[in-house]
Amino acid sequence: MSISPRESWTVLHGMIFGAAFLVAFAGGLAGLYSLRPQWVTVEGLKERLTRLKVGLWGMALIAWATVFTGTFIVYPWYRAQDPTSARSILLADPSTAEWHKFGMEWKEHVGWLAPIAATVVAFAVTYYGPALAKKVGERRALLVFFIIAFVAAGAAGVLGAFINKVAPVR
Amino acid sequence: MATQSIPQAEDKPNGPVAAALIAGGLGAATIGLLTTLAEASEAIKNALNWHNPVGPLTGKSLVGVIVFFVSWLMLYLVFRGKNVNFARVTAIALILLAIGLVGTFPPFFEIFAAE
Repeated sequence: MSISPRESWTVLHGMIFGAAFLVAFAGGLAGLYSLRPQWVTVEGLKERLTRLKVGLWGMALIAWATVFTGTFIVYPWYRAQDPTSARSILLADPSTAEWHKFGMEWKEHVGWLAPIAATVVAFAVTYYGPALAKKVGERRALLVFFIIAFVAAGAAGVLGAFINKVAPVR
Repeated sequence: MATQSIPQAEDKPNGPVAAALIAGGLGAATIGLLTTLAEASEAIKNALNWHNPVGPLTGKSLVGVIVFFVSWLMLYLVFRGKNVNFARVTAIALILLAIGLVGTFPPFFEIFAAE
């Protein structure tokens, strides 16, 4: 049993960083959604806020790590100009070419929206602190940003998993 | 016994958060616009190719990130200590974010593909 350095980086990018972001989303969403004065006590709010801030900044950092490792470490192997690269293999067969033309083309761009949106949410929650519980409009805007971060990361992650199944980076 | 209460929302001006939201939208919209422009123009695609192994994605992504952080800093300096119309800010930020989402979607940007 062995794993190459390229496969290790691919796993780190997708299965560790990317998956961690997606898994953490549910907790972040629940924390943001339930941040309402009528649902939590003052003490509960403080405890929840600390957890939420740590979680959201962690998610933002993980999202940045995902896109940087994906774009600057794994992607050059994927798109190498030789016939054995994953991109060349996908494009050589008309039945798999769409995995690159649609799948990879979407994944490589939309994934970058996730860390940007996640960073905005982490900053806003940190800035307002407990006062965010009373700011309905702000909380809704942050929920939308947070969901868009998840959609962008989810699209990139799912496509990455399928593409790596069809033509693995080795 | 002291009574605890949730800090008043009015305690902090919303300007810094408005700055972050618009900057996030600007960063996303920049990536969307550059993705579409690179598809439409070979010259723009080449100009965004800052690092050959990665190709034009280098320029598209890094310009977007730079726009995000620089515009955030600038807007923060403008909005700090101020309250702004948050509904309007949210609408602008979401429109910009939508431009980012649409601009990075292949069936959209391929409409502009250079012959």
